[in-house]
Amino acid sequence: MYCNKLPDKPDDRKKIWDKVDNMARANSLWVTAYGTGCGAIELRPLHTSRFDMERFGIAMRPTPRQADVLIISGYLAVKTLKRVIRVYEQIQDPKYILALGSCTINGGMYYDSYNTLNILDRYLPVDVYVNGCMPRPEAIIDGFSLLMSKIKAGKADGWKHYMENLEYYRENQKKVIHNWDLPDYNW
Amino acid sequence: MISLVMSITFTALAALVWGLLLGGISRMVTARIHGRIGPRLTQNFIDLWKLFRKKSSIHHGTMFWLAPMFRVAGAIGVLVLVPLVVGNTVIVNMSFSGDLLLVVYFMFFGCLGMALGAGDSGHPYAVIAVSRGLAQMSSYELSFSAVVLVLAAGLRTLSIEEIIMAQQDGILSWNLFRYPFATAAALITLLPMQMAYPFSIVLAPQEIPIGPPTEYSSRFLSFMFSGRAIFGVAKLVLFVNLFFGGASSWISLLFKTFLLYMFPIFVSTVFPRFRTEQSIRFLWFVPTSLAAIDLLRVMI
Repeated sequence: MYCNKLPDKPDDRKKIWDKVDNMARANSLWVTAYGTGCGAIELRPLHTSRFDMERFGIAMRPTPRQADVLIISGYLAVKTLKRVIRVYEQIQDPKYILALGSCTINGGMYYDSYNTLNILDRYLPVDVYVNGCMPRPEAIIDGFSLLMSKIKAGKADGWKHYMENLEYYRENQKKVIHNWDLPDYNW
Repeated sequence: MISLVMSITFTALAALVWGLLLGGISRMVTARIHGRIGPRLTQNFIDLWKLFRKKSSIHHGTMFWLAPMFRVAGAIGVLVLVPLVVGNTVIVNMSFSGDLLLVVYFMFFGCLGMALGAGDSGHPYAVIAVSRGLAQMSSYELSFSAVVLVLAAGLRTLSIEEIIMAQQDGILSWNLFRYPFATAAALITLLPMQMAYPFSIVLAPQEIPIGPPTEYSSRFLSFMFSGRAIFGVAKLVLFVNLFFGGASSWISLLFKTFLLYMFPIFVSTVFPRFRTEQSIRFLWFVPTSLAAIDLLRVMI
């Protein structure tokens, strides 16, 4: 049922239309509608008339296949990590991760929990962190604008880093997920 | 032959641009109704470019590949069979070679291709959406066929060009005023054709995440977006030709299609979604009965 081939290493050659591509990517960020923790509650107001994220071209997609951004919204439990890996790897390149809240940076208030990850960057490549517990919708919009400027500058290359260092990430992921029953790569 | 190919290419590209612009306007209008600012007018073009340039590293079989092509081919097929502007001899395409029945048949070609592709993707939500979509399609096909019967019986022709020519004696000769109930029925069937609420049971993002295109990504999706934009314009042009007197100039065509496009948007933003059986029951009874009133008037 699964394709066991690992993904190719990303092509790093510069192309003449890279700038146009990056402008389009930055102005059309589609987010996977998947809340991993309590921070997802702060994403809802972004749809409303008060904050209105659609004016920046940001939209929610109900399937990872059509998304560009994965938001890790707050604490990430080991059980959720398994699902997040599947979702992240199903997103087509280029893809970005926006991490919300202190929990993704250092564990936050769950720093000594037995099943919450403390430093997200060891398991998945994070492009932009938004700190706070919880970050207000304004802070999330600020995080998005930072992500946009990184994409425009061609520096949001967490996905390339993930592809190039897949063994490192896999090793860390397998350290915490004891019943690892995922394929080599979740196409 | 070369001029025909050039003419079809130009028509398809123009319809793509107009369809994407209409889509942008619809997103802006919807946002304003919600009290939001909304995206920019060119947002759909940006989305399309981004999708086209995203990597596509997965596929699920031959039909999965072919479905977006079917969608675009079906859309262009409808567009080239419909006359665009009355009396225009430069961009004629193939509007002389098919009648209304062929166009109605072609309108479902893309949907059937999409159904096969979605089935090939193997995603359970896609399959649910396809079964919903085909059920709904067969119900509004019935009402739309009744509308076509009214036109055929009333005007004694199935040729779209003759239907347009019969409406050229002032506004009151438009089929909108000649057959008001059939026009109302046709406008109701336009809602499920455009996948507008309350008939949006196929895409239904909150129930069955996005439906048939769940597994489609990147370039596949960009083709489907293009197909949808072109198909939307083709349907609008067909409706303008059938009920609103056709278009005497390009500006009139743009204006009429624009006004007609606003109808599903305004209905869409204020209605919630029907359940599948409610939608099918509504489409079987309400528009079909409306068309039947005009059919009786014509027959008697």
